Amino acid sequence: MPTLEIRDLHVSVETKEGPKPILRGVDLTIASGETHAIMGPNGSGKSTLASALAGHPKYTVTSGTVTLDGENLLEMTVDQRARAGLFLAMQYPVEVTGVSVANFLRTAKTAIDGTAPALRTWGKEVKGAMENLRMDPAFAERSVNEGFSGGEKKRHEILQMELFKPRFAILDETDSGLDVDALRIVSEGVNRAKDNTDIGILLITHYTRILRYIKPDFVHVFVDGKIAEEGGSELADRLEEEGYDKYVGANTTVSA
Amino acid sequence: MTLTTDHSRAVADGAHSHGAVKPQGSRAERLTSFSLEDIPVPNGREEEWRFSPADRLQPLFQADLGSSGVTVQVTAAPEVKVETVARDDARLGTAGKPGDRTAVTAWNAFEQATVVTIPAEAVASDVTSVRLEGVSTDATAAHVLVRAERHSEAVVVIDHNGVGSLAETVEIVVEDGAHLTVVSVQDWAEGAVHASSHRARLGRDAKLKHVVVTFGGDVVRITPDAEFTAEGGDVEMVGLYFADTDQHQEHRLFVDHAVPECKSRVTYKGALQGSGAHTVWVGDVLIRANAENTDTYELNRNLVLTDGARADSVPNLEIETGEIAGAGHASATGRFDDEQLFYLQARGIPEIEARRLVVRGFFAELIHEIGVPSVEERLLASIEAELEKSMSVITGAPAVEAPTA
Repeated sequence: MPTLEIRDLHVSVETKEGPKPILRGVDLTIASGETHAIMGPNGSGKSTLASALAGHPKYTVTSGTVTLDGENLLEMTVDQRARAGLFLAMQYPVEVTGVSVANFLRTAKTAIDGTAPALRTWGKEVKGAMENLRMDPAFAERSVNEGFSGGEKKRHEILQMELFKPRFAILDETDSGLDVDALRIVSEGVNRAKDNTDIGILLITHYTRILRYIKPDFVHVFVDGKIAEEGGSELADRLEEEGYDKYVGANTTVSA
Repeated sequence: MTLTTDHSRAVADGAHSHGAVKPQGSRAERLTSFSLEDIPVPNGREEEWRFSPADRLQPLFQADLGSSGVTVQVTAAPEVKVETVARDDARLGTAGKPGDRTAVTAWNAFEQATVVTIPAEAVASDVTSVRLEGVSTDATAAHVLVRAERHSEAVVVIDHNGVGSLAETVEIVVEDGAHLTVVSVQDWAEGAVHASSHRARLGRDAKLKHVVVTFGGDVVRITPDAEFTAEGGDVEMVGLYFADTDQHQEHRLFVDHAVPECKSRVTYKGALQGSGAHTVWVGDVLIRANAENTDTYELNRNLVLTDGARADSVPNLEIETGEIAGAGHASATGRFDDEQLFYLQARGIPEIEARRLVVRGFFAELIHEIGVPSVEERLLASIEAELEKSMSVITGAPAVEAPTA
């Protein structure tokens, strides 16, 4: 069974004062079909984990290993990781002026699969996936993320996840900034992907709200660059009641 | 690195400008003349030459330009008349006077001019192509006149290829009610030096689409001027350029709103890559005191793809009347965005393909504005060729796509 295995991962970011360590020994194993939630206070390094796994050049892996199905992910370029089956739904998707959503989706699908998708079935697939996410068909002709609302950007990320069919998806605070309707639509998309494929999901969130729609098999509490506690979905319920105070000793709460 | 100004509610305050450096006085006061004595050889520190490599343009500053360095070939639409005329032909020199040294040397040295006439009421059924081919590096003068007589319609494409050292004048006369598109493509071979003064004069309800495309040549400096002479004139100036290592590409525009009720739109976009790549865009717009209800907007955008390239962008707007419909300009120069690259690569798209997408996207809208399909196709192909070079600049190796893992 394919697994995403993270072992003793240490990651630094370059600052003016020199490299600053952010991840301090992360251990995590995600098997296909599993959903793992990573929760934690702001600044705990959750999003750094997401970006470092995808290969963002801002972050340097100083030690540790990450393998996807036995292959060394850290030796791959960003695009090679995506083609190996890793998907990152970004917290802040980037605008690409003059490149239509339709063109972008087809180009990415072709790159990931190694062959261009069959024209007729691909068109139907895109249309269907957009309908499921309540996206207007005119959306396909707009420039990627340009002028998109927060909710549209996140739907567009989930649309890609459904169409590209990755083996593992990291959702980096996909729920932040969404109203209840958008949150439900986006969650439905994630659950469809879980039903239709054997995708493994790493769901990064500050809030417990999204876990009412997407049931995690495992919950990990992230504090100060590593996992402080692990459990099942009951851990999320406890966090909702108690907040992160216990871990950071500060006045941090988890909003519902 | 973004400058945007909206002048739609500006009030008249005499000479008004806010480029990076205040130009020497108003564009209205800039000397123009047919006489070599009036416009001497520049020292390079003058406002209109301060960005230019004056040393490399030296041969074109001389009064004794020859005429053997380029050949001219015209393939005309059946409705269009083409002549080669002597320099004393009365139709020449009617679209305004030279405004800088290379314009005045070009005017004084050419022996014969190519005159392309679209007769009154004629609608050209095909593109008319004027090809200037550089055959030697002898400093040469050339003159082209495109005349769209009243209520005619045509597209004229002027191509520049080969090696060459050329001082050129392109005169464009758009008579009352005529609709003319002129496209000038600078696709010179390495080593070419080209200075060209485009001078356009628009009649009542005349419409001109003026397109400049610059890819090749060591130094290319184009100075398009457009002057309205009657109400209802409409000029759209579109430019696209792509500068590589050590190339200098300069476009200096001047739109003279001398009469009321005219409209101008200027949109220039450029990409730069490689060390020493230098582009200059200067857009001067003058709205004279009696040019009421003028509507003007100019935009310049630059995309810097690699380190070591430099883009200068200077919009100047002078407004001498408060009674305008709209006036504005915007200039933005940005680097190729690492976050864009990361986003696209994170979707499996290899770096070279990601760069292609971004650059194509940058130019896409502009290319569609040109409205001449044959030109659009050539442009897309030229951009692809430039991007192949871009990858070799970035990787230091020939552009070969890495095998997928």
